[in-house]
Amino acid sequence: MRDIALGQYYPANSIIHRMDPRAKIIIALMYMVSIFFINTYTVYVLTFLVLFLLVLLSKVPIKLILKSVKPILFLITFTAVINLFLTPLENKPYVIDVYFRQWTVNNIIFELKWKFIRFGMTWTGVNNALKMALRLTLLVMGPSLLTLTTTPVTLTDGVESLMKPLRIIRFPVHELALIMSITLKFIPNIIEETDKIMMAQRARCADFDSGNIFKKAKALLPVIIPLFVNSLRRAEELAYAMDSRCYRGSKGRTKMKELKFGLKDFMALLLAAGFSFLIFMARYNWFSLNIIYSLV
Amino acid sequence: MSLIEVKNVKYAYNYGSQDAIVAVNDVSFGIEEGEFVALVGHNGSGKSTLAKMLNGLIIPLDGDVLIDGMNTRDDSLLYDIRRQIGVVFQNPDNQMVATIIEDDIAFGPENLGLDPKEIRERVDWALGAVGMEKHKKGMPFRLSGGQKQRVAIAGVLAIKPRVLVLDESTSMLDPKGRTEVLNVIKRLNKEENITVVLITHYMDEATDADRIIILNKGKIAHIGGKEIFLEEDRLRSYGLNVPTHIHIANSLRQGGMDIGQIWTERELEEEICRLL
Repeated sequence: MRDIALGQYYPANSIIHRMDPRAKIIIALMYMVSIFFINTYTVYVLTFLVLFLLVLLSKVPIKLILKSVKPILFLITFTAVINLFLTPLENKPYVIDVYFRQWTVNNIIFELKWKFIRFGMTWTGVNNALKMALRLTLLVMGPSLLTLTTTPVTLTDGVESLMKPLRIIRFPVHELALIMSITLKFIPNIIEETDKIMMAQRARCADFDSGNIFKKAKALLPVIIPLFVNSLRRAEELAYAMDSRCYRGSKGRTKMKELKFGLKDFMALLLAAGFSFLIFMARYNWFSLNIIYSLV
Repeated sequence: MSLIEVKNVKYAYNYGSQDAIVAVNDVSFGIEEGEFVALVGHNGSGKSTLAKMLNGLIIPLDGDVLIDGMNTRDDSLLYDIRRQIGVVFQNPDNQMVATIIEDDIAFGPENLGLDPKEIRERVDWALGAVGMEKHKKGMPFRLSGGQKQRVAIAGVLAIKPRVLVLDESTSMLDPKGRTEVLNVIKRLNKEENITVVLITHYMDEATDADRIIILNKGKIAHIGGKEIFLEEDRLRSYGLNVPTHIHIANSLRQGGMDIGQIWTERELEEEICRLL
C-alpha cells in the first residue's frame, strides 16, 4: 500500500526503461491515436505482435501487462455486449473476409420478434463487438507499458519538459509539475495518517464496517475532517520549509537530473511514426497498394 | 558586528484584535560566527516564533533582525538571507518535497540555480555530512525518524548556509534518533564551522552549547554560559527540567562531596569514580 508512490513501476534494466520519458510519452500518444484508425483484424494482430515485442524488450513480465486490462474487463464486456445486440438488424448480405477467402452470408444470425420489438444478433454486430474489445485492450496495454517502465518522478519531469512551450501563454508548467511531485510524495504520509486516525476513532468505538452505504459514508466523516485539518497544517509547514530552502518559483531554477534526448530516443520516435503511418495507410488505402492484404 | 543581530524584537499573533497573544516581547541578542547556541524555553515561550524571525518567515512587529547586516524587513534581501540561514523544522515528513531522497536534497541547490554538476556534488557532500549516503536512492517513508531528520538537515546543508537553525528538530524523535541528530549537529559545528542555533525545550541538549539563551514568556530570562545549570530552582521557575546527571552532581555537591564541574553523564561517572 505504501509503495503507491512508485505507481506500478517495475524496476528493470532495459532499453525501454532507459529511454527518455518525453520520447515514451510522445510514442504512447501516437499509439493511442493510431489505434482508433485500425479497422482490419490483420492490423490488430500486427499491433499486438509489436506490443508483445516491446514488452519482451522491456523485460516486464507479460503477466503485469495483462493485469492492467483487469480493471476495465467489465467495460470491455459491457461495450461488447452492447455492440453485439444493439447493432441495427439490417438484412443486407454480409461478407466475411478471412485472409484470401471470402464468404457471403446472411447478416442476421438470429432474430426474435414480439409485437413491435425486434431483437437479434447480426454478423456486423459480432464484428463491431470484437473490434471494440480489441481496441480497448490495446488502448490500456500500451500506456501501462509506459507507467511500468517509468517512475512517476521521471514521468512528471517528462510532462513538465513537454509542456514547456505553454509557458508562452503563461501556463504555470513548473508549478503544476511541482504540485504533481509533492502530491506523489505525500500519498504515503496521508495513508499512514488515515490509518492512525481510523485506529484512534476505533479505539473510541467508532464503527466503520456495518450499516448501509450511507451509514458507512457518515461514519467516515470523523476520519475525513481531522485528515483535512492535518493536511492543511502540513501544507503550511511545507510552505515554510520550502521558503527556507530558497524556493521562489521557477525563477532561475535549474535541475540536477537533466533529461537527455539521445539518438536512440529519436530512432524510437521514427519507428513509432513509421508504424502509425502503416496503420493509416492500411486504413485509407493510400497509394492503392493494399499493402496489408498482399502481406498475408 | 555579529553574524546574527536581534534587536528589541516584538511579535504578537492576532495583533490588533482582542485575543492578541504576545509571543516575543523586546528580545535582543547577538550570535557570532561559528558559535553553538542553545535557545531554550518552555512551550509557548516564543522560541519557535523567534526561529521563524531569523530567516524572515515572520517579520517582527517592532525591532529588527539583522543577518550579516541584512534586515529581514527588506523583501529584496530575503533570498540572500535564506542562503545564509538554513532552518530545519520539527516534523521531517513535512519538509520534504520529493519521493526520492537525493531529489529532495537537490531541491535547495536547484532553487539557487546552480550547475547540474555542482548540484550533484553538493547532494553527495550533504548526504555524507549527515551519514546518509547509503540511502541516496531510497525513499523517505522507509526511514526511521532520526534518519528522516538527518535527511532534512542534509536538504538544508546542500544550500551551504553559514547558520543552521534547528527549530525543535529533535522533539518528535525517540532517544536514539535524538542522539543521532545531535551528534551530526555537533560535528557540523566543529568540523564544517557552521554556526548552530539549537532551539529546544530539553535542557540536556543545551549542555553541548557554547552559550545558552533561555526564553520565558516571550522575554529573555538568561543569556550566558552553562553556569545556569547550577541554579536549579531558577531553571524550574522557567518551566525547564534539570538534566538528571547534573541534578545528581549538584545534590552531591550540596551534600558536601567534592564534585567538580561536569556537563556530561560520562564526566559525572569519572568524577564519582575518582572519589571512590
